[in-house]
Amino acid sequence: MTSSNFRSWPLFLVLAVISMPLVIMYVYLFVDTVTDTTAGSLIPDRFTLHHWRFLWEEPETGRVSIWTVTLNTFIFATCTTLINVSASVTAGYALSRLNMPFKRFFLGGILTLHAFPTITLIISIFLILQMIGLYNTLIGVILVKAALELPLGIWIMKGFFDNVPWEIEMAGLQDGASRFTVWWKLVLPQVQPGVAALSVFVFLSAWSEFILPQVLAPSGSAQVLSTYLSNLIFDDMKPDFNMFKSVGVFYALPVIVIYLIFNKQLMNIYGGGTKG
Amino acid sequence: MRISIENFTKSFGDTTVIEDMSLEIGDGEMLALLGPSGCGKSTTLFAICGIHRMNAGRLMFGDADVTEVSSQKRNVGVVFQNYALYPHMNVYENIAFPLKVRKESKAEVDRKVQEIAGLVHIGELLQRRPMQLSGGQQQRVALARALIRKPDILLLDEPLANLDAKLRLEMRSEIRRIQLATGITAVLVTHDQVEAMSMCDRIALMDKGQIVQLSTPKDMYESPSSDFVAGFLGNPPIAFLDGTVADGGFRLANSQVTLPVPSGIEVPGEGAPMRFGVRPEFFQPGNPLKVPGKVSFVETQGREELYDVTLENGAVLRSIQSQNAGFKLGQEVSWGIEQDRVLAFGPDGNRL
Ligand SMILES: Nc1ncnc2c1ncn2[C@@H]1O[C@H](COP(=O)(O)OP(=O)(O)OP(=O)(O)O)[C@@H](O)[C@H]1O
Ligand SMILES: [Mg+2]
Repeated sequence: MTSSNFRSWPLFLVLAVISMPLVIMYVYLFVDTVTDTTAGSLIPDRFTLHHWRFLWEEPETGRVSIWTVTLNTFIFATCTTLINVSASVTAGYALSRLNMPFKRFFLGGILTLHAFPTITLIISIFLILQMIGLYNTLIGVILVKAALELPLGIWIMKGFFDNVPWEIEMAGLQDGASRFTVWWKLVLPQVQPGVAALSVFVFLSAWSEFILPQVLAPSGSAQVLSTYLSNLIFDDMKPDFNMFKSVGVFYALPVIVIYLIFNKQLMNIYGGGTKG
Repeated sequence: MRISIENFTKSFGDTTVIEDMSLEIGDGEMLALLGPSGCGKSTTLFAICGIHRMNAGRLMFGDADVTEVSSQKRNVGVVFQNYALYPHMNVYENIAFPLKVRKESKAEVDRKVQEIAGLVHIGELLQRRPMQLSGGQQQRVALARALIRKPDILLLDEPLANLDAKLRLEMRSEIRRIQLATGITAVLVTHDQVEAMSMCDRIALMDKGQIVQLSTPKDMYESPSSDFVAGFLGNPPIAFLDGTVADGGFRLANSQVTLPVPSGIEVPGEGAPMRFGVRPEFFQPGNPLKVPGKVSFVETQGREELYDVTLENGAVLRSIQSQNAGFKLGQEVSWGIEQDRVLAFGPDGNRL
């Protein structure tokens, strides 16, 4: 083992050199948030927490506090996940098991919808939201985001349900359980890895969503972190790039943490199977 | 509980799988549904437990008409071919599930689970997951789960198909022991004739959605109603000789050999085709009605030896003899058929 590792060191060297720019970029992203650099120099020379002041300072007038925005983002991502997963889990089951009319048509439709670029729908969605009064509200963006992620969710859950042997359900019915109990107590636990993976997936996707909040809830109290970040860079007369980086890191931290915790489940979503 | 199926018909889309089947199963009886793959055994079983709706006909449990009753209310225990244990629950929870669904008290559930676990000998496995069990143990858990709420009827769909030979032998007598101990009415689906014969009181032999014969194993073996039944039962299988009626006897096809017809059967008209079925145990060196041939196959089965003898017209007879008979491949032999045990079948395949 060790000898084969030895022979591959030139390969590692090449890879290391190629990925160096990326690594340097990330390192600077973190370093810059807690240091100051004299103009013209590349090496940071002073430690400071000044760039993180948005966390504790009162926001300027007309600006929203970062904590409100973070809470918004959290509500946005959580509600989107809840709605999306509940709908995917029920619709996926129906498509996998029930003998309903137009099943093939539905399945084909879902795939088509999944392939449909969001951006082409955005104007009509904008008009609809304005008409029903959900423009510039969190609820509006939540509904739209949950709906747009639905085809993928349904498709993934259907795949997981397909792998549950139907005898388990028949055995459940025979044991005297109702259809709902069978689904809730016997089938759902089998697809639990799928539910976990889909939840993480949708949560992260909503957390990093930019276009929808930007267009459908651009200002004021419905802001989320992605729009806050872009406002920061566009609005300011004298842009503070290091603070922009700090907000960026703050915004990315939950994503990184979630990835670290759930990467096993996320792998599962493409495996598409349940074991044990 | 007595089960009676009356004029049962089942079709999937345009294909009719079962047509106008009637079957009566007595209280406490164990009946085998035996037949080749695809003949409709599972379909019949699923109709009894309510997974399939019947397209026509009536199903009675005792005196109650249950044709329209949902599976949850039929009180039928089912053991599926792949056991269908719930993988996310341990053995205890699996067995307790039917009781939990009925919201029985914890103490009650516990008492019943312990009792049934004792009956099927899995008392020490209760905390394991199904994945951690061997095939035979899973089988026992499935049985326990099917039996725990004291069903009126137990249905078993090929319960032994996934087990190895030794375990199959063991579970065969286990299932029968448990069925007798509980006195439950049971239906066993199988395509293995040995299983059907050794475990059940009666066998319903099915072919293409029809019951071709319904009788006790011994009766079905000794007097099959058709050549299909005769060919299905018995291991090693029966050998058939084709021929025609000639001078009141049986003339082998492509041959001048004429054999006498067993006594007491009605011989069809001169020249009509006829079939003789000879079981291996009735083709032995010592019998008087000799037919000459050549040993064309020898198989040693431990205690016994199995020979194929090719007759001069190409037909093959089988013989099973005790070990050390010592016949060699290619040897010319002249062994005898036991005349009164020959099964004669008419042109339509039915027994004469
Ligand atoms: N859901 C279904 N839709 C259409 N045809 C079906 C369905 N279920 C069974 N069949 C057909 O009905 C016939 C009988 O099936 P069944 O499962 O009862 O056979 P079986 O006797 O149990 O066979 P095996 O020994 O292989 O299990 C088969 O030809 C099968 O193709
Ligand atoms: Mg079957």
